[in-house]
Amino acid sequence: MKEKIKILIIDDEEVVINSISKIATMEGYSADSVLDANSALQKISASNYNLIICDIMLPGMDGFQFLTELESKRIATPVIMTTGYSTIENAVKSLYTGAIEFIPKPFTVDEMISVISRGIKYSSIMKLKKSNDDSILIVPCPAKYFRLGYSGWMNKDHDGSVLIGATDIFIKTIDQIKKIELLGAKEKLTQATPAVKFETEDSLVHQLYSVISGIILARNERLISEPELLEKDPYFDGWIYRIIPTELEYEMKLLIPCSSDRS
Amino acid sequence: MSLTRKIFGKISLKLIGVVSATVILIIGVYSYFNVTSQSNVLLAEVERHVNQLSESVKNSTRYVMLLNQRDHIQEMINRIGKDPAIDNVRILNKEGEIIYSAHPEDIGKMLDKQAESCYACHAENKALEKLPIQQRTRIFKTHSDSSRILGIINPIYNEKSCSQADCHAHPADAKVLGVLDVTISLSEVDEQIRQNEIREILFAVISIIAIGFIIGFFVKRWVDYPVRELVNATDQVAAGNLNYIIKNLSHDELGTLGKSFNNMIKKLDETNQQLYQSTKMASLGQLAAGVAHEINNPLTGVLTYSSFLLKRTKDNPQMQEDLNVIVRETLRSREIVKGLLDFARQSTPKKSFIDVNEVINHAIAVVNNQLKLNKVNLVKEFDPSLPKITADANQIQQVFLNLFVNGIDAIGQNGGTLTVKTSQISLSPSGITQVKNAVCAKTHSLIDIEYKIGGMPSLRMKIKSNGNEGFVNLDPVYGSFRHYFGIAYDKNSNVNLACPVCDISLIDKNNKCPKCGGPIYKIQIPNQGFIEGCASFKDDWQKWDFVDRAGERKFVEINITDTGCGIPPENLNKIFEPFFSTKGQRGTGLGLSVIWGIIDNHNGSITVESKVGFGTTFSVRLPQNDFLKNI
Repeated sequence: MKEKIKILIIDDEEVVINSISKIATMEGYSADSVLDANSALQKISASNYNLIICDIMLPGMDGFQFLTELESKRIATPVIMTTGYSTIENAVKSLYTGAIEFIPKPFTVDEMISVISRGIKYSSIMKLKKSNDDSILIVPCPAKYFRLGYSGWMNKDHDGSVLIGATDIFIKTIDQIKKIELLGAKEKLTQATPAVKFETEDSLVHQLYSVISGIILARNERLISEPELLEKDPYFDGWIYRIIPTELEYEMKLLIPCSSDRS
Repeated sequence: MSLTRKIFGKISLKLIGVVSATVILIIGVYSYFNVTSQSNVLLAEVERHVNQLSESVKNSTRYVMLLNQRDHIQEMINRIGKDPAIDNVRILNKEGEIIYSAHPEDIGKMLDKQAESCYACHAENKALEKLPIQQRTRIFKTHSDSSRILGIINPIYNEKSCSQADCHAHPADAKVLGVLDVTISLSEVDEQIRQNEIREILFAVISIIAIGFIIGFFVKRWVDYPVRELVNATDQVAAGNLNYIIKNLSHDELGTLGKSFNNMIKKLDETNQQLYQSTKMASLGQLAAGVAHEINNPLTGVLTYSSFLLKRTKDNPQMQEDLNVIVRETLRSREIVKGLLDFARQSTPKKSFIDVNEVINHAIAVVNNQLKLNKVNLVKEFDPSLPKITADANQIQQVFLNLFVNGIDAIGQNGGTLTVKTSQISLSPSGITQVKNAVCAKTHSLIDIEYKIGGMPSLRMKIKSNGNEGFVNLDPVYGSFRHYFGIAYDKNSNVNLACPVCDISLIDKNNKCPKCGGPIYKIQIPNQGFIEGCASFKDDWQKWDFVDRAGERKFVEINITDTGCGIPPENLNKIFEPFFSTKGQRGTGLGLSVIWGIIDNHNGSITVESKVGFGTTFSVRLPQNDFLKNI
């Protein structure tokens, strides 16, 4: 099965292509690479890829334009964005434009392996979902929720605080959770930066990005003893942090309303 | 050529030249007439004197003549002629023979009728018998180098007693018997005239020189020096020295000019600083982004390959240890680059509705311990009715935090006072509000980014006047009129303004300029109403209802005053520059430049006033109602 999985790497730097290729090959995937987005589009039309890893700063068409182009061509291959210009804006914008993951350069081998593994899983779930339309494979997040990319959700509570958590599909893209590492109360979260660490049975470490910025009011202590809560009820009992948002209005502009998932 | 240009190219020298020429002319003419009239008076005096003498001689010789005592007459004439002032005394008979003379050798000589003594009467064919005194007087020279001689002819008329005298010398029908010719040397008079002339010339020359010097001195002092100083200042400013100040200003127009110049340069310097800062912050952000991008790619390689090596050398603990150092240090580099990007990131504020007093209180809470530690007395003068403003609370808090820490540092260990004051101020919208978007009725943009007025893109319109057609660029600042006219136009003609793209008229036919009654233009400002103004540009009438209705632009002003060491003037304009620090190793030097960037992003301003040894005040101004946020 693994032999068939093909990854396309788009980056204008040889050393980055080599690094990612090496990681992918080591993990048993086949890796292909191009130096710009236009040749990538040609490659995609010629053969199917399970996953695309794309740089933002590219000669000619940049990563964002590439994402828009894919959408207009109805190409559903999931894209992981990466860039040396690793700002929060770029991360949020990538996720808003349709990338499933954002990994800032320079990344460690382990970070890349985790992201690729999630991407592959996401890709296969989506394929499965497409082939049998009727069955509910994943639970979509409630209509009034907002999500950052596909992985994290947030919900405004009545008292002004905000609950954040992981989406069902994110949990499904990772292996059985072995350990959850949470930040403590009063710690500061910044949008699109790591907020939770999951250690899984396949000995990978997955990081969940914070959906918005804020100060942690409370964390869901139950998760530490019962990580399966995340799987059972990801949108209610499986919440992760309750936070006081600091830049809610501004940051919500680049979140995707979950209501848009139910068309 | 260049020398003349150099000389006549100077105002002072021109002035001195013109004044000197005038003085020379006036004094010259005056002296000339003075000398001439003096000589005339002198000569008239001499003439009168000689005439008197001549009459006396005639009268005193009359009796002896009647007695015909010729020796006696000669004797008298000899005696009179001995007077050194008298050149000669002669009596000539009607035929021109010299009968008597103070120079006896001349006696018996005949004079031609053309001789100078006879010419006055004998110029006509028939001799004149009577002449006024002026014509009987003559001035002549015997030789070209001898002194001038004045002579008076005094005719001796026939009298009864002459013809009836015993000698019967003269017939009764003769009218003129002869002439008495007295000549005297004018050498003394001439000498006096010459001396007068010399005196006059000397006086004139001295006056001219003195006036020249006096004028020169004052022109130099009142004109030359200030003008030179102004020229010097302009040169300095042109060379980029915006700190140049003209000192020793006088209290006249040039002093006022200098003052305005200083003022202008100060303003220019401030604007320049702000512009410089924003450009620098922007470029620094770009630089950081560029550096981050460039460095992160190779770091990716280092990190990946060293991780691979780690995996492949699990049996070599020594190597693992070394590789771990590489990984660790690369991760550290990653954090440094991330910091750089965070710095570049502060360019976009995340605005919400905030209470400045509250934000300041939060910042104070953070530095509270430091205040106590440094024995700093904090004075809060908050305006309790301060309205909320649209701003990024975190960034604004960072601004105050930085300013407090700076103030505490400036106060040092000996204690002092830190005063925080908040207040509301209003500034008129006119002159500070910029038109950033403008369209014609067909929504063609009128904004001309190519032609900037005051650094801002102007509004371009087609202008037609008297058959001329061209373009006019309007000042984009509401209430400011630095328009640029591409063609010469007639203010009284029928001016038409139109969209440069579609030619649709921008004149509002339904309204007239309330000031001059002429046509007005009406330009749409998307989402912000219309801007109207006098289209004949005869006056400065302009109206922008949307902005006017909002009234004066209100700002929240926050003053933070410390009683610390102060900032030396030479550092004042450097403090907002990135990496400028007086704290040595303790500070990164990014603090105030970051503050500047934040305030600028909020459309606010930050200024500083400081006196070494007394303290420093930072004034932060943030716009209250950001209704113009989008223009």
